[in-house]
Parts: sequence; C-alpha cells; structure tokens
Amino acid sequence: MLEAARTVVVRDLLLALRRPSDVATALLFFVIVASLFPLGIGAEPNLLRAIAPGVIWVAALLSSMLSLARLFAADHADGTLEQMLLGVSPLGVVAAAKVLAHWLVSGLPLVVIAPLIALQYDLPQSLYGTLAVSLLLGTPVLSLIGAIGAALTLGLRGGGVLLALLVLPLYVPVLIMGAGSVDMAAAGLSAAGQLQLLAAFLALAAAFAPWAIAAALRISTE
Amino acid sequence: MLEAAELECVRQQRVLFAGLSFALRAGELLRVAGPNGSGKTSLLRILCGLLTPQSGEVRWHGAPIQRLREEYARHIVYLGHAPAVKDELTAEENLAIACRLAGLMAAANSIREALARFGLSGSALVKKLSQGQRRRAALARLCLSESVPLWLLDEPFTALDTAGVTMLRGLIEDHAARGGAVVYSTHQDPGMAATRVVELVVA
Repeated sequence: MLEAARTVVVRDLLLALRRPSDVATALLFFVIVASLFPLGIGAEPNLLRAIAPGVIWVAALLSSMLSLARLFAADHADGTLEQMLLGVSPLGVVAAAKVLAHWLVSGLPLVVIAPLIALQYDLPQSLYGTLAVSLLLGTPVLSLIGAIGAALTLGLRGGGVLLALLVLPLYVPVLIMGAGSVDMAAAGLSAAGQLQLLAAFLALAAAFAPWAIAAALRISTE
Repeated sequence: MLEAAELECVRQQRVLFAGLSFALRAGELLRVAGPNGSGKTSLLRILCGLLTPQSGEVRWHGAPIQRLREEYARHIVYLGHAPAVKDELTAEENLAIACRLAGLMAAANSIREALARFGLSGSALVKKLSQGQRRRAALARLCLSESVPLWLLDEPFTALDTAGVTMLRGLIEDHAARGGAVVYSTHQDPGMAATRVVELVVA
C-alpha cells in the first residue's frame, strides 16, 4: 500500500521535473498577482503593510486553483488514471499520494517564496515566521479540498470555471485563518489560536479528503 | 471463473445492450465483436469494474466484483483504448510504474526483457514513439502478467503491424493454454480461434 503511494509520488515528481513549465506557471502567477497590487494601489507603506497578508493569501489561493485543474486531467486523458483506479491498493491512498506530490511542487514553493513577496510590501521581518507557518499549514488544505473539486469536474466542458466556483467558497475558512494569523502577529498578539485552527483543518482534510477524492474519481470516470 | 449475469448498459439515454449473460472458464478466449458504437468498450469497462451496469452484475468465482474491489483488481489486467503511457516518461519507467500499481513484482531486467520482446529499447521517451510503438509499450505488460488469471483487452490489435499482431496472438494463446482467460474486443477477426464470441449489435 505504501509502495503504491511512494510510486505515485515519485512518478508525479518525475513528471513535474520533466515538464517544469507547468510548475513554473503557477509559481510565476503567484508572484505576478501579488506584485500587481502595489502597482495598482500606490506606494503607501502603511496601507501596503496592512493588506499584505490578505493579498499574499489570496494570490496563494488563486495559484493553487490554477494548478489543480491539471491534477487529474492529464492522467484521465492518457488512460493512466484508469490504471490507478484498477490498482491493488485502495484508491484513497493513491489520491492522497497525488495530492502530496501536487503540494510538494505547487504549495511548498509558495511557502519559500512568500517572504520575498512580503519584502515588496515592507512587512516587518518579525512576521515572516508566522506567514511561512500559516502557509505551510494552509496550502496542503487548499490542495486537499481543491482535489475533490478537480476530481468532480473531471472531463466536464468548462470544468476550469466550474472548479473555481465549487472550490473557492470552500477555501474561505482557510483564507480567514491564514491571513488572520499574520494580522494578529502584526498587532503584537499571539497567532497561536489561528495557527492551531489551521492545523485542525489540515488534520481533518488529510483524514477525509482522500476518500472523498476517491469517490469523486469513481463517479466522474464512469 | 468470470460470470456476467443479465447485464444492461445504458449510455446517453441509449440502451447499448440488455440481458447479456455469459460465463468464462479457465483457458477460454472470449471475443467481443460488433461495429463501432455497439458498446464493446462499455462491456469491457463493466467487466473490469470501472463502469457500473444499469442492472445485472459481474461475478468473479461467484462473488460480485463490486464487493471485491481491490481484491478483484489483483486478478485482472485491463488494457484500455488509450495506451496508458505517459509521454514524459520512458517506456521502461512507464512499465515499472504500471507493474508496481498492479502489485506485480517485476525486476528491472525482466521489464527490459519484456520491452525487448516487443522491439522497444525502453530508454526512449514515449513522446518520441509512434502510435504502434506506444501500443507495444502498453502490451509489454502482458509479458509480465503471466500469473494474473484474467486479461481484459480493449482493441489490443489497433495500430499494430503484422509482426505485432502475431506476437500478441502468441501471448494470448499461451495465456489460455496456461489456464488463464482472455476477453478481447475487436471489430476485425484476428484469425484466432476464440472459444466464445459475444456479438454486439447497434441498437
């Protein structure tokens, strides 16, 4: 069972490595969206400092959305998804492995790059830690929830837009807690409450989302 | 070992087939024949459990496959319409991944051997291969699946040249002689003596 999970993670990482443009697109999208705000709003340092956590989190949300649309679509098109459905290990395990690989190439880089964006907004360096931890806990939840939507909209015409409509509302709690934690830290208070809630979201999503993804995949490949 | 009971399949509000029953014993070859759109692929997808029939059920040694799930997956090889190989991986990597997902323990040299039997080197990226070579890369899995009793092959002869067809026929006949069972769909007769034929018609 773990052997199958490892196989899928290694496979997806290898695929990402052989086609780096897919990963780079989502990452560049994140950087560009987050960089547009200072240009549009103007260089008022206090305002920028205030909106930074929210903007970075919204950009992360949208970037995660962008890469999710392709999570199962390519495997569906070339028939390899069917082979995973017919594998000997439970489909939930395979789904969890696919989400993990997706997070490693699209979520983890955001955590690393976020301090650079924060620099653009003149966010105090003391907040970088909280920002990184909130993204570290929050982006896997985005991948897990988003994958349910990606599995449900698989093979539908206009699936990309439908995916956004389906998944973005579900991202709201993560956004509130994620951006909220950095706001709390900025106000000199403890962000522990928000971060613990994010950790709870992650635990719940990690436990249940893989099975929901598996059920959704079975439905949409019929 | 495989039993289909009163299968009915409805796609896009159209009844493809209804009341379809047959049984397959060890060592038998079942050919699914019929024109395009008659439901050959749907039937094979039902037999491997990817598609739930409108009514009726498929049984493996007497137990419904919907209940067996992963346990059933251990006993079948399904090769679908699409070759199920990744463009960015080599034929060798593709085959190794397919085997590991199917729970088959295949050593690196037996994988290379299987690909060599189908005339592939294994180290070239699949995107550089032709349609027929992709099909060969997918079919090479059969060389490593001798221990898997049931083979379900959807249009396995498509895009193959005559040498490939002869090679595949040999594999299928060997499997039946070994006591395995094979269900394959094709719209042209590959000149193989099938024990049973299910003829589907366009409703």
